[in-house]
Amino acid sequence: MSDPALTRLGAAALADAMRAGDVSAREVVDAHLDRIATHDGVDASGDVWRALPADRLGPDDLHAFLVVTAAAARERADDVDRRRRAGEDLGPLAGVPLALKDVLTLRGVPTTCGSRMLEGWEPPYDATVTRRLHDADVIILGKTNMDEFAMGSSTENSAFGPTRNPWDLDRVPGGSSGGSAAAVAAGMAPLGIGTDTGGSIRQPAAFTGLVGAKPTYGAVSRHGLVAFASSLDQAGPFARDVTDAALLQSVLQGHDPHDATSDPTAPSDLLATLRDGVAGLRIGVVTELEDAGCEPGVRQVFLDALDLLERLGARIERVSLPHAAYGLPAYYLVAPAEASSNLARFDGVRYGNRVDAPTAETMNAATRAAGFGPEVRRRIMIGTHALSSGYVDAYYLQAARVRTLIARDYAAAFADVDVLVSPTTPTVPFRLGERTDDPLAMYRSDVATVPASLAGIPALSVPAGLAPAEDGSAPLPVGLQVMAPLREDARTYRVAFALEQALALDPDPAAHGGPRLLGGGGAR
Amino acid sequence: MAQGPIGQDDVRHVATLARLDLDEAEVVALTPQLAEILAYAEQVGEVAADDVEPMTHPLGLVDVLRDDVPAPGLAADAVLAAAPEVQEGRFAVPRIVEEDA
Repeated sequence: MSDPALTRLGAAALADAMRAGDVSAREVVDAHLDRIATHDGVDASGDVWRALPADRLGPDDLHAFLVVTAAAARERADDVDRRRRAGEDLGPLAGVPLALKDVLTLRGVPTTCGSRMLEGWEPPYDATVTRRLHDADVIILGKTNMDEFAMGSSTENSAFGPTRNPWDLDRVPGGSSGGSAAAVAAGMAPLGIGTDTGGSIRQPAAFTGLVGAKPTYGAVSRHGLVAFASSLDQAGPFARDVTDAALLQSVLQGHDPHDATSDPTAPSDLLATLRDGVAGLRIGVVTELEDAGCEPGVRQVFLDALDLLERLGARIERVSLPHAAYGLPAYYLVAPAEASSNLARFDGVRYGNRVDAPTAETMNAATRAAGFGPEVRRRIMIGTHALSSGYVDAYYLQAARVRTLIARDYAAAFADVDVLVSPTTPTVPFRLGERTDDPLAMYRSDVATVPASLAGIPALSVPAGLAPAEDGSAPLPVGLQVMAPLREDARTYRVAFALEQALALDPDPAAHGGPRLLGGGGAR
Repeated sequence: MAQGPIGQDDVRHVATLARLDLDEAEVVALTPQLAEILAYAEQVGEVAADDVEPMTHPLGLVDVLRDDVPAPGLAADAVLAAAPEVQEGRFAVPRIVEEDA
């Protein structure tokens, strides 16, 4: 099997081919490493490859990875091959490569969270997500670029420069998990891990034509996930198809005593009902999110997808979440408030950088001003203000009350319908630099994704079609968001699978006039 | 409700609370941005009444404790290796108490 063919295959297909002995894990890993070396802008010498500094990246370099653990990945692949030859019973994703967002710890490898603050920090432990991936013999290729401390919707807030969208190199891949999304969309890995606080998996999935899921809050352990907003953060999968995403989430989820917010109930079986179809299923269209500033192209793709689901036997109804419009303002108080508290730990004492100053307090303040980028400083300021004496009731507590109202809205809606749907994002991917000077415009990218985050319910984005940008472009991906009640993640996968099978979209940008990255070799 | 839009003095005060040593140019640039974001966020005051219980966590888990069984922690050396300054097996910081305090 030739190398480009391997980077076109999904996780399940690669696992089947390895199990059948058609290809080794080492060949699979090498094919993906080659693609990274060719297209990502890394210094591919030595055991650990580093991303080039932003000013040395070429205009065609994706910059999805910050670090590639090439030698370690090859060693693990050889180990999988050895154990398979010895007749060991390996897991369903054994030998499949994966891109890990640089907000989850991997022992002995720098974790930067896209920030200068943590430069040089090598965590002394593995995140539970990392451990579960290792236990499943999934091969981690490296750590991916992200908005600093996961604060952003474009990956432009990375201290190490933005990631490009494999569908259009002048556009953003979304964020904050843009590096993992770009890596999977470009065939550098069939699987990726992102984290989602207000949409940071679903929005980049929509922008890069991928399936991306935010599991029910508490389904996946946060141990070793550097905290942004602890009551919202969830890690989850990226993949080029629904089955692969379900297989990956199945590996990630489960109770963890190391995370006090981990859900002790048994996780949802995502595969058992995957192929059950949508006949007779009641699908609610959230009226408040359907029109929320949607581009006409996005809206048309969404309406066409609804028609298709109806033809497959689903019952489509309009449903109101009366407080959904207050989700975005509530989110931009709750998340910064929690961030201002969580990021207090970056004080120049225990890890990362320190700027010397005569007293502890001036050292703290100088270190933090130098280490954090502009968006992180902005959110810390908002959050500190929202929690400060005289303002906490008007801001933080009011936002937390809105959260209750939104959760009640969802509970009422799910009494009538099985799942809720909306466009994942109001627009197709925007241009690099287009929104960097307007924080509020950037925040509005998250209007449809934050309500599910506030309620903690599972939500997934699945490709629904393609539409040109309003400013004129080749067709770009559009995502459909599926939301379900707490712990009913399986329903989101079931609806997504039915839509995916009926649409039969090619996930390769080259099939739709985009750059030839996934299977076409160096044809750019 | 909040008392008027946030001003430059408020921004300096919040920066002190947040331990962020902002320069004057950033205070000037941040003030209108924070005012705009907070004005947008203040919409939450339109709907949430005092009789609505604030929600701080999606699952409502309480008193989560693991079994009281000893387990190994991280080695002190491995943790201290990441610190900017270490003395005698401890994190070292500049003086905390003023000399004439």
